[in-house]
Amino acid sequence: MSTVTVQLFASYAELLGASSIELSLAPGSTVSELVRKIRLLPGASLLPTTPRVAVNRAFASSDQRIDPSDEVALIPPVAGG
Amino acid sequence: MSRSAIVVSEIDVAALIGEIRSASFGAVSSFIGTVRDVSDGRRVTAIEYSAYSAMAESELQRIVDEAEKRFGVSALVVEHRTGLLELGDVSVAIVAAHEHRSPALECTKFVIEEIKKRVPIWKMEHYEDGMREWVDPTRSKHTSPA
Repeated sequence: MSTVTVQLFASYAELLGASSIELSLAPGSTVSELVRKIRLLPGASLLPTTPRVAVNRAFASSDQRIDPSDEVALIPPVAGG
Repeated sequence: MSRSAIVVSEIDVAALIGEIRSASFGAVSSFIGTVRDVSDGRRVTAIEYSAYSAMAESELQRIVDEAEKRFGVSALVVEHRTGLLELGDVSVAIVAAHEHRSPALECTKFVIEEIKKRVPIWKMEHYEDGMREWVDPTRSKHTSPA
C-alpha cells in the first residue's frame, strides 16, 4: 500500500471538512478506485458518484492509474467566468 | 504575444487592450465578465472566487494555446481574478486581436465557454440575507451559513 494525498477545494473541502486528505492505495490503483475510497469517508456521501479528478494538473479518466508521486485533486463543478 | 494569468488584484481592461493593440490588426475583440447583483432572483452583495491555482493557470494556458491554433490568433490575453469581488468588479477579461473581425470575435467566445467548462475556479455568492452558496452549474446549490 502507498499513501496518496488528495487536494480538496470549494464545496468538496467543506463536505469533507479538510483541504486535503491522505489515502492508502494498493499499487496500480485507478482513479475510480480512489473515488470509491473517498466516498466511504465521513461527509462524502453527498459527493457525486463520479466526481472529476485531476492528476498532475490535468483531468483524468476513471481508468487512469495513480502513482504515489502524482499530484491528485478532486474537482467540484467549475464555475469560473 | 499571447498570455494568461490568474490574478488577485483588479483587472485593468484598458491595459490588456493596449498590450495587444497593433497597426497590423484590424480587429480587437474583448469579453469582460463582471459581478452581477442578482442570481436566480436573489440579491447578491459580493462573489468570492477561489481556484486550484496551479491547475487553473495551466488549463487557462492550454485554452489560449488551443484558441491560437483554432482561430489563427497570435495576440490573446486572458486574466481571471480570484478573491472577494464586489458588485461590478471585473472577474474575467479576454482580449483577442486579429487582422479580421470574425476570428477575433469567435476566439473570445471560445475562450469564455472553455473557461466555464474546464478551468478549476469556483465562486461562492454572498447574498443580502447573509447566506452564502457555492455556485454549481450542474445541480442544486450547496448552502452554508455566512
